Amino acid sequence: MDWLNVIVQGTLLGGLYALFAAGLSLIFGVMRLVNISHGDLIVLAAYLGLTVTSATGLHPLLALVLVVPTMGVIGYVLQRGLLNQTLGDDLLPPLLVTFGLSVIIQNGLLEVYTADPQKMDAGTLETASLAVGGLNLGVLPLLTFAVAIVVIWGLQWTFYHTALGRAFRAVSDNQDIAQLMGLNRRHIFGVAMALALGVTAIAGVLLGIRTSFDPSIGGGRLIFGFEAVIIGGLGNLWGTLAGGVILGVAQTVGAKVDPGWQILSGHLAFLFILAIRPNGLFPRISA
Amino acid sequence: MPEPILQIQGLNAHYGDFQALYGVDMEVSEGEVLAVIGSNGAGKTTLMRSITGLLSNGPGQIKYHDKDISRLRADEIAIQGLSMVPEGRQLFPSLSVRENLMIGAQVGRKGPWSLESVYKLFPILEERKDQQSTSLSGGQQQMVAIGRALMANPDLILFDEISLGLAPIIIKDIYDALPGIIGEGMSAIIVEQDISKALSVSSRVYCLQEGRVSLEGTSDTVSREDISRAYFGIE
Repeated sequence: MDWLNVIVQGTLLGGLYALFAAGLSLIFGVMRLVNISHGDLIVLAAYLGLTVTSATGLHPLLALVLVVPTMGVIGYVLQRGLLNQTLGDDLLPPLLVTFGLSVIIQNGLLEVYTADPQKMDAGTLETASLAVGGLNLGVLPLLTFAVAIVVIWGLQWTFYHTALGRAFRAVSDNQDIAQLMGLNRRHIFGVAMALALGVTAIAGVLLGIRTSFDPSIGGGRLIFGFEAVIIGGLGNLWGTLAGGVILGVAQTVGAKVDPGWQILSGHLAFLFILAIRPNGLFPRISA
Repeated sequence: MPEPILQIQGLNAHYGDFQALYGVDMEVSEGEVLAVIGSNGAGKTTLMRSITGLLSNGPGQIKYHDKDISRLRADEIAIQGLSMVPEGRQLFPSLSVRENLMIGAQVGRKGPWSLESVYKLFPILEERKDQQSTSLSGGQQQMVAIGRALMANPDLILFDEISLGLAPIIIKDIYDALPGIIGEGMSAIIVEQDISKALSVSSRVYCLQEGRVSLEGTSDTVSREDISRAYFGIE
């Protein structure tokens, strides 16, 4: 029963990692941009959630109503104002610029919010649990996992059943020809980044309810997101969810064996999968 | 005298330090079909990329409907009703046949072309509408590429090497379909290596050689000698 519990908890944790990863996956899929500042944007979203909840007294989940559009606007402006200029045949400029952005965001957060760990107060949601079979499942992890499924389903649906998704795929396939069809790739990229940071906002707020956070933790979230994307296979959002779950389970199993092994075992699982399936478990080039 | 729809004056085009077009002058009238011929590397595709805005141009070099479009982005030009069937088809591989056609309609221009009329022109596309575009044969892919350009309901349509890499029988089918496509008052520029095909469907012809216009004439009076001189540069 103990081990079953470990695996179930790991699976639910994977939902959070999938949310970290979904934005990364979307951005890479549409514009081949590897966003090094993604983890810091998650932390930024958590701090925005903190500001909204402490200023208005709203429940953190209700604060999403403000945080998601705010992050969306930040995403669009960031893409149009800065990141579009870095895109081209060379992969290096966007890497460098987003790395710089990561440093800027971290230091900005440090200035505004100090280095003290913060946490959002979600009341009883933090500790509530359900007894299922012999297991005690936290309501928050269950909710996180459900949100991850809904978000990924929503992104998938947007990609394959809307004009916007068609435009995303067309621009991703061939930017020049998409321009010839009247699609302004700069705008499309802006919308993609807005969508990605909207998802990031959800991930950041759920992170901030679950654990305490400080300005320095973005890098770790970025790594978990990356690993989930790569394990699942680039450009496949359901694969990203599977990747998150595998990473989560590996971490909780590692922690069960020895609490110090939690992070390490996640990385080992990632390396192992990369060694046997270099393209991830479910690769699909066309996102 | 019909109004000119596209006027090109002194167009130069560069790829980095390499100059691909030198002072090209060209004019297309409303409803006219123009052929552009020339050997490999003569600058035909560069000319198409300049007109459609994929290459940036100097100011005042290209006018469309009397409006300077030289500095506009490709998507802004597309919305004004200028569309292209690119060389090598260049369909979107992750889109189905139907989605490829729908992308063409994204500019939102009104006109005779819709999914139904494209399916009527190329019935095979309706049968294959849910397939990945790259699973089609070359000829069928070319039909998708033509349909995709038509869906924008353009005033001027550019065909870049539509017979390249296709079997002769398919090329014949596509050229047989062209008059039905270009009717409805649409103007067209046909870029083609197959000179006799190009002459048969066009009213006027331009020949490019090493980035310059080496010949300009009406398609039914231009002589074979003139063409080979303009084409190969042999005196």
